[in-house]
Amino acid sequence: MLDLKNLARRPEFAAFVGTLFVFVFFGYFGWPTFTSALVTAGWLNVAAELGLIALPVALVMVAGHLDLSVGSILAAGAMTYAILTGHYDLPDYIGLPAGLGVGTFFGFLNGLIVTKTKLSSFIVTLAMLFALRGLVFGITRLTTSTVLVPVEVDPFVRETFGGRIWRTYENAIILWVIMALVVSWILYKTKFGNWVFSIGGDETSARAAGVPVERTTILLFMGSGFGSALLGVTQVALFGSAQVSAGQSYVFFSIIAVVVGGVLLTGGYGSPIGVIFGTMTFAIVSQGIYSTGWDSDWSSLILGVLLLIAVFTNNTFRRLALSSGDKKDESLSTARRTDPQTSPEPATTKEATVV
Amino acid sequence: MSDDRTPYISVENVSKVFGGYAALDDVSLEVHEGEVLCLLGDNGAGKSTLIKILSGFHQPSSGTMKIQGEERVFKSPRDASDLGISTVHQFGGTFELMSLDRSFFVGLEPTKGWGPFKWFDRKTANEIVVREMQALGITRVSDGNRLVGSLSGGERQVSAIARAVYFGAKVLILDEPTAALGVKEAAHVLRIIMEAKLRGLAVVLVTHNVTHAMTVGDHFAILIHGEKADDFAKGERTREEITDLMAGGEAMGELEAELARLVAAGTQPA
Repeated sequence: MLDLKNLARRPEFAAFVGTLFVFVFFGYFGWPTFTSALVTAGWLNVAAELGLIALPVALVMVAGHLDLSVGSILAAGAMTYAILTGHYDLPDYIGLPAGLGVGTFFGFLNGLIVTKTKLSSFIVTLAMLFALRGLVFGITRLTTSTVLVPVEVDPFVRETFGGRIWRTYENAIILWVIMALVVSWILYKTKFGNWVFSIGGDETSARAAGVPVERTTILLFMGSGFGSALLGVTQVALFGSAQVSAGQSYVFFSIIAVVVGGVLLTGGYGSPIGVIFGTMTFAIVSQGIYSTGWDSDWSSLILGVLLLIAVFTNNTFRRLALSSGDKKDESLSTARRTDPQTSPEPATTKEATVV
Repeated sequence: MSDDRTPYISVENVSKVFGGYAALDDVSLEVHEGEVLCLLGDNGAGKSTLIKILSGFHQPSSGTMKIQGEERVFKSPRDASDLGISTVHQFGGTFELMSLDRSFFVGLEPTKGWGPFKWFDRKTANEIVVREMQALGITRVSDGNRLVGSLSGGERQVSAIARAVYFGAKVLILDEPTAALGVKEAAHVLRIIMEAKLRGLAVVLVTHNVTHAMTVGDHFAILIHGEKADDFAKGERTREEITDLMAGGEAMGELEAELARLVAAGTQPA
């Protein structure tokens, strides 16, 4: 049964509409190149790479936190892999897990600092973004005397992470699909996922209900650290080198994709499917612009406006979702109309504390 | 208020000092199963501090607590809930953007499956939450998928009480459950409190509302400035006596005299 009203209440609905809109928009203005296999591969590849970070970051944001350190963690993961294999000639089966491990470790450190100090994750991960960037630059220069480390990637690793299907679609798309399945399973199907929603909804109540808030939060930051490092090593496998300044743009790209994907900045609400749409919207706008013949600078304008619209719609949809659907028994529901405590805008006090 | 039965909770000479200020001063109380104990008092009288000690959020600075006659120290809310003490806050379900079945089972999710592939059994959760809500008279809720935030204040209170009862609470601590509600909804919540009492639970009801307290209360304790000012069973005091005590006795008399003077001054020709 197709229930339009309930469909519109789902957190991913607006994100889907957004993707559809930009697809039609660029399909029209970019006709006929936009729908070609090459351009489709272009935006799908961008989406897949961004998706590896955006999906685990979405979990962090559903729990009411932010992770701004993804850019530097990406570089740290990529550089660890590149220095160990490219500079010290260690085998890939050491370098690759080490790269992923370093990313996960710095995610762990983020989570540990956030939960132990109770400082806002915005500040903690911003500090990590800068501190780790400095560390990556420093160590890379000390060990290799350069800022760009070439790697002779092991053929198996190159094919797995950096391979292309029909020479156009990156294998990253497969990694993205796996990541999407794992993240969706975690959020929708596990106890852990329920804890993520509850922490984003009300951390104090979650703790009182017996949710291991600290452990859950740390694991979430480890997830976004892992996702960032995974993209880092994937890019090394794709390009055959690692650069210290790689990845910084993903800090904002991931937040845009997640918010356009319908996740509330205040936490407690969101869906991986929505984030997939948000990521696709981002990729379509940033790549589709090239098939229109317009200057690519305009894509930033479109993304900025889309982000603003997304935040606005997210709030509207939240209000819609919170309004009661059916009113069979009026005896209990009459009181709420005059009741100031249950009227919308429940998260206003939280908004002040999150950022 | 001592009698022959062993109380479920007995609070003995408990004090709580915050930075040199005594929020609670030498308070003793007994909480019995199958009874409603009403904690009355003005703002800042120490009601919240007392229930936070009962529910493990605070530790007393001095004094002891016994559960079923055995001395216990709560280091966390978890310790209290392990002993069947469950606290429902003013707004009931606090996870407004979660579905009813998800929020009902936060921290205690039913699972299916094996090993790392265990999953949260939403179907069972959904059935249980609808059944429990309907059993407590919330017939409007027929789907656990709806968001907590779409329920009314009273329905959320009831869902929180239903949760506590379902998970085997022995003591239900209710912090101002009717304060934000309309008349009909408040009446419904009071009915649920009676229902919980009849099922043999001990209920600690914190309220400002003397009428609500007198409707369901078996025993009453009045706090003033952190001290227990009075402690009596149902029928031992009149409503006026209770109201006067809550407002601090003389203070209310003075206020009335002051108001009378103002009224008199206002009616005089200028």
